[in-house]
Amino acid sequence: MCLAVPARVIEMRDDLLGLVELGGVVREVSFMLLPDARVGDYVLLHAGYALQKMDTAEAEETLRLLVEMVEAAGTEG
Amino acid sequence: MRYVQEFRDRAAAQGLALAIGRIASRPVNLMEVCGTHTVSIFRHGIRGLLPPPVAMLSGPGCPVCVTTNADIDKAIALAQQPGVILATFGDMMKVPGSYQSLQQAKADRCDVRVVYSPRDAVRLAAANGQRPLIFFAVGFETTAPTIAASVLEAERLGLANFYVFSVHKLVPPAMRALLDSGEVRIDGFICPGHVSVVIGSQPYEFIAREYGVPCVISGFEPVDILQGVEMLLRQIAVGRAEVEIQYSRGVRPEGNPLARKAMYRVFQEADAGWRGLGVIPGSGLKLRPEYARFDAEAAFAVRPPPTKEHKGCICGEILRGVKTPPECPIFGSGCTPESPVGPCMVSSEGTCAGWYQYGSR
Repeated sequence: MCLAVPARVIEMRDDLLGLVELGGVVREVSFMLLPDARVGDYVLLHAGYALQKMDTAEAEETLRLLVEMVEAAGTEG
Repeated sequence: MRYVQEFRDRAAAQGLALAIGRIASRPVNLMEVCGTHTVSIFRHGIRGLLPPPVAMLSGPGCPVCVTTNADIDKAIALAQQPGVILATFGDMMKVPGSYQSLQQAKADRCDVRVVYSPRDAVRLAAANGQRPLIFFAVGFETTAPTIAASVLEAERLGLANFYVFSVHKLVPPAMRALLDSGEVRIDGFICPGHVSVVIGSQPYEFIAREYGVPCVISGFEPVDILQGVEMLLRQIAVGRAEVEIQYSRGVRPEGNPLARKAMYRVFQEADAGWRGLGVIPGSGLKLRPEYARFDAEAAFAVRPPPTKEHKGCICGEILRGVKTPPECPIFGSGCTPESPVGPCMVSSEGTCAGWYQYGSR
């Protein structure tokens, strides 16, 4: 039930409503709980509300560490 | 989809499984406390990738499953009040209460609507001004702020017919109850990623500090979960117990303070009954006195019939991680996804449903 999916913000309006794009589908969401989101951000959506910005630098860092680890595992194994 | 596909990478998953195999020295029980993790673990066959010493247990992580028969019965009694529209999330519809489910109540002419967002419920209330709209609010800390936001929206719109029946629950008190019961040994927790988006890492600190049990807040893709397991095993190997965040792209240590502020502006902590765990102090959310006029329980005095439990069903023990579905006498025979008896088979995030669909691995 606590599913939340990353969607890209494509429009922000003054009334804290906006549009996001997710797998080609555009839907309206509330930014009441995440008012500092900006167009272009990836945000986690839950039940019609944006809950958090995806930290893309953190995502890249996690992936970079994974690649290192997998390479290390390959050479050791 | 960006930030999804990369975390399903097969080579990364296999590399992690290798690394896990190397550090898994003694038998450990790791528990996930989130239905979305449970589903992902089954769907991606993660149990099959883990070496035998590492056992994954499913805890009370599905809000639908932990909702008691008494609360479902009350929701049905509210739906039976004259003129009432009862709205809820789709997951709740098929869960059997003592006598029937909301879906059966709907077939019996109750006006029950499924909504995707509580904002839809506010819109329904605005469009049906003469009729009470009751939102049956189920969910953990991920969902409660969205319900709080909808109450604030109804207040702003001056809606006098919008009500909430809140059976919201908080995850950390249930984790404490599980540890206190001592029924099952837990060597590490995979903490719920999207609950933590809201609450951050601090609310789990007591688990590491007081119980010496390591915690890792993980994302939901297979690579996330495997990395969470690997991080837990690293802690266990050196006798460390800390709260770490694997899902750092979504979870900040401080969570989302604004979402928590909205949640605690509208709700306050209260004791709550959990299926399988009983009443846990301070583990629920009820409307604050300032928002009592939105409280369906205050506005409608309903007296549902006495509750009864489903014969043979061991969902309670499954939710505590004490038993697995194949140990249930009715699993797969008297209780299947087509004709479910207990909520763990009804809910798509239920442990029994996952076990039935994907098998033990």
